[in-house]
Amino acid sequence: MAKLTFRKDECKGCGLCVEACPKGILQLSKDTINKKGHHPAECTDEAACIACASCATMCPDCIIKIEK
Amino acid sequence: MVVFDKPHALADVPLHYCPGCTHGIVHRLVAEAIDELEIEGRTVGVAPVGCAVMAYDYFTCDMIEAAHGRAPAVATGVKRSDPDNLIVFTYQGDGDLASIGTAETVHAAARNENITVIFINNAIYGMTGGQMAPTSLPGQVTQTSPYGRDVNACGYPVKICEMLSMLEGPEYLERVAVNNVKNVRKAKKAIRKAFQNQIDKKGFSLIEVISACPTNWGMTPSKALKWIDDNMIPYYPLGVYKDRSAGIIPGAKEEA
Repeated sequence: MAKLTFRKDECKGCGLCVEACPKGILQLSKDTINKKGHHPAECTDEAACIACASCATMCPDCIIKIEK
Repeated sequence: MVVFDKPHALADVPLHYCPGCTHGIVHRLVAEAIDELEIEGRTVGVAPVGCAVMAYDYFTCDMIEAAHGRAPAVATGVKRSDPDNLIVFTYQGDGDLASIGTAETVHAAARNENITVIFINNAIYGMTGGQMAPTSLPGQVTQTSPYGRDVNACGYPVKICEMLSMLEGPEYLERVAVNNVKNVRKAKKAIRKAFQNQIDKKGFSLIEVISACPTNWGMTPSKALKWIDDNMIPYYPLGVYKDRSAGIIPGAKEEA
């Protein structure tokens, strides 16, 4: 179990984190739009996160903070 | 316990790059290397002309903006002004380093200047709107080669690592990519080593990073990363091209 913090307003919705996640627990939020007008990334199931940091490794905008 | 957070050497401002642009990843890798080696206070970066022109806004170390292609020349001057203390790196794209700045790059390598060069190769001119670059692949469709790059008219791509590895000067040349987690981790190691070489006064280190330009390639970010695997890496093989300290010399190239 890990704690993921997204700086949502800096997310550009590129989806690279979604593809990198080995657990498949990330998605681009369908219902929300951030300040830039993108659908920001979010985690659907934090309990399943293994804190491998693959998402943060691929995030070009460094918006993900991972704690465990 | 914090597993991952933005490195200190990367300023807390939004990057201006397009969604999915891998410049952001490479910026972070450079900042992580600066953090880990604890050299932020004595590092000077030289920004290029191109998409990364505003890199001076993103790194918290001192930065200089060089004329187009002249970053290695500026870095040479800065480094020679205080060679024992300063750590100097340049961050250049392919339009900057492999086109207008070829002479500066080749001669800085030939002199084995003790600087670190981060070279972003995305096979296209990004900032100006996707024109054909010296590194564009044969047959690649760009704004100025709508029928694909014709090698009879436009020549062949410049392979910087292969070219510089023929020189006696440079200490360390490696080509890496940032298209998946494994490659990003390898790229991080290479960039860190390039900075460590400079601290150890070994000489010229250049890291060529195969990057994506989803906007000008006309692809989604994930397709662009796949395109790197399918098209860029076969033409630009990854690996160490020269590492004098480790005895890797041209002809004995490590397989990717």
